Amino acid sequence: MSTALQDPRVVESPNYLNQEYGWRSWLFTKDHKRIAVLYIISITVMFFIGGLFAGLIRLELLTPQGDLVNSDTYNKFFTMHGIVMVFFFLIPSIPATLGNFFVPMMIGAKDLAFPRINLLSWYIYIAGAIFALAAIVLGGVDTGWTFYTPFSSTYSNTFVITAAVGVFIAGFSSILTGLNFIVTVHKMRAPGMTWGRLPLFVWANYATSLIQVLGTPVVAITLALVGLERAFHIGIFDPAIGGDPILFQHMFWFYSHPAVYIMILPGMGVISELVTCFSRKAVFGYPFIAASSLGIAIIGFLVWGHHMFVTGMSMYASLYFSLLTMLVAVPSAIKVFNWTATMFRGSISFDTPMLYAFGFIGLFTIGGLTGLFLATLGVDVHVTDTYFVVAHFHYVMVGGMVLAYLGGMHFWWPKITGRMYPEGWGRFAALLVFAGFNLTFFPQFITGYLGQPRRYHAYAPEFQVLNVMSSAGASVLGLGYVIPLIYFLWSLKYGPIAGNNPWRAKGLEWETTSPPPTFNFEKTPVVTEEAYAYAGQSTHEKVELT
Amino acid sequence: MSFPLFPEAASSMARTVDYLYLYLTAVTVVMTGLIFAAVFFFAIKYRRRSEHEVPKPIHGSLMLEITWSIIPFIVMLTFFWWGAQIFFENASPPANAIEVYAVGKQWMWKVQYPEGPREINELHVPIGRPVKITLASEDVIHSFFIPAFRIKHDVVPGRYDTMWFTATKPGRYHLFCAEYCGTEHSGMVGWVTVMNEGDYENWLNAGGIEGTMAQQGEKLFEQLGCSTCHLLDQQGGRCPNLRGVYGSHIQLSDGKSVVVDDAYIRESILNPNAKIVAGYKPDVMPTFQGQITEEQLLRLIVYIKSLGAPGAPVASQSGPAARPSSAVANASSRTANTGGKL
Repeated sequence: MSTALQDPRVVESPNYLNQEYGWRSWLFTKDHKRIAVLYIISITVMFFIGGLFAGLIRLELLTPQGDLVNSDTYNKFFTMHGIVMVFFFLIPSIPATLGNFFVPMMIGAKDLAFPRINLLSWYIYIAGAIFALAAIVLGGVDTGWTFYTPFSSTYSNTFVITAAVGVFIAGFSSILTGLNFIVTVHKMRAPGMTWGRLPLFVWANYATSLIQVLGTPVVAITLALVGLERAFHIGIFDPAIGGDPILFQHMFWFYSHPAVYIMILPGMGVISELVTCFSRKAVFGYPFIAASSLGIAIIGFLVWGHHMFVTGMSMYASLYFSLLTMLVAVPSAIKVFNWTATMFRGSISFDTPMLYAFGFIGLFTIGGLTGLFLATLGVDVHVTDTYFVVAHFHYVMVGGMVLAYLGGMHFWWPKITGRMYPEGWGRFAALLVFAGFNLTFFPQFITGYLGQPRRYHAYAPEFQVLNVMSSAGASVLGLGYVIPLIYFLWSLKYGPIAGNNPWRAKGLEWETTSPPPTFNFEKTPVVTEEAYAYAGQSTHEKVELT
Repeated sequence: MSFPLFPEAASSMARTVDYLYLYLTAVTVVMTGLIFAAVFFFAIKYRRRSEHEVPKPIHGSLMLEITWSIIPFIVMLTFFWWGAQIFFENASPPANAIEVYAVGKQWMWKVQYPEGPREINELHVPIGRPVKITLASEDVIHSFFIPAFRIKHDVVPGRYDTMWFTATKPGRYHLFCAEYCGTEHSGMVGWVTVMNEGDYENWLNAGGIEGTMAQQGEKLFEQLGCSTCHLLDQQGGRCPNLRGVYGSHIQLSDGKSVVVDDAYIRESILNPNAKIVAGYKPDVMPTFQGQITEEQLLRLIVYIKSLGAPGAPVASQSGPAARPSSAVANASSRTANTGGKL
């Protein structure tokens, strides 16, 4: 340990971490890497707050009777779990942390296009988070993260406006990050970094940014209308004064369905990086994976009504939404097949990041296919609003997104900090997360089809055994989250020195020092090869994106 | 410890939904199995044997991309098609369905039968006959969910929704509220009792102590003062004569026309100026918004319905709303004859 501390490369080579010291150097930084670190710390705090609520939910559901807390408290638990996890962890998770850190580095830029706006977006996020946390501390919110009217606008007696203001504010953080990425990818690519050579992680973040910029204003407007309706009873959503409660659902899901692609697309980008690096092989079907991200971003805006099949929406609208939802599954399927094909005749290692990628491919496949159950009209009528939806959503968001985030963190940790995490513990935690996750959420597919409705404080006794399994799994999953937190912190001081490229990975971010210097590269790199040219510049025909 | 892994199937639709669900599950298992097998196989077979090996790149295959886009999409179209068929059937109640009215209210289900009985968090239905439920909400959005029947429909305030089913197996089944509705959402549960035809008739006859729904509606019609302006069997009043209007097309003062159905009657009671019948003045009728419950509204509608449809022989004033079949007609007229005494 002491030798590591004295290693001259870490102590002496100038990098973004030792450039300046003191809290001012962090809170007023314009360096995209430091801002990414600020985001990592913030969303980790939010993740564990959201996780605490999840733990309390699972504890209550150990028994069919609502006996641990009263109904109002339970309703606040699942609401706060949803609001914190969706708006303050999942949406910013990969773009604001790994995206912020690596999008500029991967395209050979010194920083994002607008460094000050980047810092502003972090402050806006913090302001939003303060409102959301204030809503919790003041007494909580009980509307569910979906804020359905007229319950949220007229009936709930909790801190709806405070929480909605928090989500409203945080939305601008998301918009600014997206705007920054779009301009950066268009204008700041290094010489030779053509669109057809962009790493797939950049493509995924680019597609995500389009959704953030186009979709987020709609949820901001919607929540503003809920606030106005609550405060002034103007009659937008409340039928008693001429409003339409279903209008809210259309507006909310117009953003919130694309928002699930904001959450999953960057994760898919991470998986493309992991699968190529740990197969040490060019990605299979580059143009198809890149284009499928854009396809998801575009078609994703046309499917929101599949959340509303039992609301009495027009039958023909339902048919349209069902059909387009089938269509949006195709680009996701293309990605899964291409990742699998990339492994064919590769050189596959079993390092922690790759274990997370294996987990992602399997669990996302289940998450995606169970989404088709919900897109199938006749089946959706039975399973919507049950635990089946909860299971599906978590297979995509935890089995997909959180595993991608953890895989990405392990992959790039040596670049971010200059230190390695302990590999053995890493693999152990990855297996715990996988096992705990499946034990938690698989039984919920079954209780869902049996008919256990979601958001139930007390439930019918015959569902108990499966719920106990879920709760047991949740404790394993929780342990799987805490272990990386501990060893990541440990590795900051005691981790072995990583070197510039511990994985022998391709990509501009690995060509600079670890941790990178403040302006990323000693001199602007010139790109002469396609992405993932593990075998050197290929003698095959160049891959072209047309 | 034994616990269920698959729900009971107690409606005509349940098995169809189950077959589609099993088909989807089979496709999911096969696809997931293929992906898992490929990942495992490649991971083992092509595991890294030396730190320095560099495999040959494979850039892709257009044929493969087309294959694995088109084939899954075709399979998905079969999901879509089958699912849409069930959905269509769910949305088309048979004309001979028994009518039941359910109102969701934080946090209970209030059920009324045209024959008169009312109950809370209970629903009694006969076996083998289609039942159509008209749903209304007193406050927030609820959702009427009977897992054993594989059906669910949101109950949205401000309008009527309908759902239907045919129960196929006697027994008691869960009734859940599936749309989060506030504090006691998980307490908004009840039981659906499926009975044999004879038991159901006996049960119907034992209820209805206040007369049929139409009779209850008629009483309200007088209490609320509706009858002072809506004169029956007399033209030229300040308000339209309501006999025989249900189901007819009427001309509005703005030149449009509208079908007199549940939704239109509801709107006319709560917001009378919204659609004025041609030849009548606005601002004559006061609004009843906030003065009348959803249950009372339904009774008024059933009463107006009982005043007869155009072209049909005019029903007697005290007759029941709907006579879907002779069995219920007999049962309900018995109820009507003894109305108020049971």
